[in-house]
Amino acid sequence: MSFVLIAEQILNGLQLGVMLFLMSAGLTLIFGVMGLINLAHGSLYMVGAFAAAAIAGLTGSFILALLAALTAAAIAGAMVEMVVIRRLYNRDHLDQVLATFALILIFSEGTRWVFGSFPLYLDIPSYLQGPVSLPGGIQYPLYRITLILIGVVVAIALGLMISKTRIGIRIRAGENDREMIAALGVDISKLYTIIFALGAALAGLAGALVGAIQSVEVGMGEPVLILAFVVIVIGGIGSIKGAMVGSVLVGLTDTLGGVFLPKILQLFMDISTATNVGSSIASMAIYILMGVVLIWRPTGLYGSRL
Amino acid sequence: MKNLLNVSAGILAAVGLTIGSAVAETKVGMITTLSGGGAGLGIDVRDGFMLAIKQSGRSDINVVIEDDQRKPDVAVKLADKMIQSEKVDVLTGIIWSNLAMAVVPSATAQGKFYLSPNAGPSVLAGKGCHPNYFNVAWQNDNIHEAAGAYADGAGYKNTFILAPNYPAGKDALIGFKRYFKGKIAGEVYTKLGQTDYAAEIAQIRAAGADSVFFFLPGGMGIAFLKQYSGSGVDLPIVGPAFSFDQGILQAVGEAALGVVNTSQWNKDLDNPTNAAFVKSFQAEYGRLPSLYASQGFDTANLLISAIEKADVNDADAFRSALKSADFESTRGDFKFSSNHHPIQNIYAREVIKEGDVFTNKTLSVALENHSNVYTEDCKM
Repeated sequence: MSFVLIAEQILNGLQLGVMLFLMSAGLTLIFGVMGLINLAHGSLYMVGAFAAAAIAGLTGSFILALLAALTAAAIAGAMVEMVVIRRLYNRDHLDQVLATFALILIFSEGTRWVFGSFPLYLDIPSYLQGPVSLPGGIQYPLYRITLILIGVVVAIALGLMISKTRIGIRIRAGENDREMIAALGVDISKLYTIIFALGAALAGLAGALVGAIQSVEVGMGEPVLILAFVVIVIGGIGSIKGAMVGSVLVGLTDTLGGVFLPKILQLFMDISTATNVGSSIASMAIYILMGVVLIWRPTGLYGSRL
Repeated sequence: MKNLLNVSAGILAAVGLTIGSAVAETKVGMITTLSGGGAGLGIDVRDGFMLAIKQSGRSDINVVIEDDQRKPDVAVKLADKMIQSEKVDVLTGIIWSNLAMAVVPSATAQGKFYLSPNAGPSVLAGKGCHPNYFNVAWQNDNIHEAAGAYADGAGYKNTFILAPNYPAGKDALIGFKRYFKGKIAGEVYTKLGQTDYAAEIAQIRAAGADSVFFFLPGGMGIAFLKQYSGSGVDLPIVGPAFSFDQGILQAVGEAALGVVNTSQWNKDLDNPTNAAFVKSFQAEYGRLPSLYASQGFDTANLLISAIEKADVNDADAFRSALKSADFESTRGDFKFSSNHHPIQNIYAREVIKEGDVFTNKTLSVALENHSNVYTEDCKM
């Protein structure tokens, strides 16, 4: 077990963490402010990736592709909010789950109609390709370092926006007491649409960034959505800070668990059993983490209300 | 999502057909994956199959196609419906081994024929084999065994192997190790559906291997290859065709160039049936066929050859007609082993770029007239 391997795995965990943050930030805001469970958040991630792949295919520019992902996901999010979600705020969670699950199916089949059933091509631009050497002899892909940086920048920007700007004040007020800020003359439905579009845009950005190193295909959003839900439950629903801490915890647990559990088990088992048992425990690791956090803090790390 | 396509082959020809004519109709039920992740595979099998039916010009084969959504429970329901209310004679189409395991045993036990255009789980080749079950593609281990044989022949001594943690993934690594004589530098099972392989690639880097074998079908393979090529690890890769088929290669792009993969079929295999198939598939659907399409095409042609020889209602005669495999396969020589799986050549291919299109070129025969190791377990 070398230092280089451990350092590289920690970077991998961080990178997964910041990408999960982009997904879970929107999810936790939408849940926190509007009290809405949005299962279709993964579809917005997919919309972002497909928009990026389409624009990258047309123009060859990765920057334009990212902008397209942000725009397409934000527009899709705003439209979904105005057409469907708006009718669900006063319904119970079961209705919301049903309606947003229907949205997943509609988005998936709609995407298939437009783009076909085969995965799309989206690659990282040439100036971000290849590995870079970090201190300590670590070779790490430049693109993944860029992902970590983008994630950190977005997290800081989001944090500043929530704590310093007028819209941020409204979002925090909305989380605390919806009726009250409506009574104070804030256009609550416009605020909801903005939050939804913002969350959608972040999901779309994550989809495009991750799509470049994974595959852009129908149904790519749902596995990430599950992880994002784990993140917001761990972090505390509605808390951006919680989403950040939860993302990094889940990212590190998932990555390091998958690598080191089989290795640790090999100390007292034969290799193939250790690999089998280790991989199985590793895939449960984040849920075990979630369980432990919930026993310790039933509302999550930074959650305030039940 | 109910995708009921009642495709009566040669509809034009059927116009003149009088109702209640003496011609016995063979009804085929195709259950395959047409929506959700992995739909590309099912669509290719379906298109290959229907192309062969169309080319045969027969109006007495009625194909009912339904979408299993890659869900075992949906597949079971569809199979029950097809057997009980549609009264099909032959079932086919399933892509995934876990779905095949859910459908095939009960269908064959009810006296129906099942022709597998893809999935070939070891159970159905060994203890669970059935006289009415024929696999036209391969036994699951085959392609991986060929990869092991190729890696061995290429002089690799220390290979890092990885596959998803599910039955077909385990079969894959066992199959590879059965024919690879060198050392295993590391063996990793990834999560099924995993899309980030940074952790595994770091392990490959640290393992000191001289080559990598991986089995990651569908989107998993695309993700792995793209991340691998950007990681700075430049060990040679060997894999089964599933991560390098025509549907996937365009999404992988440059990252796949030069990779050697093993397959029972390639579009440049030199036989007249294959040349005609590739040409007509392109003309019909406007894309190059994948190995799945060739498997669908061969399955339909096997069925047609049996229908020409025997009546499907005479099960024994129909079975022996199927067993004789008297059809022109896109793979050249093709016959069935005692447990109804193909005996065929498996080739090593290399990913190349033809103009703008990424595709495969056949390099050599990795395993010749290859059967499977489960024949002895099969008592029928």
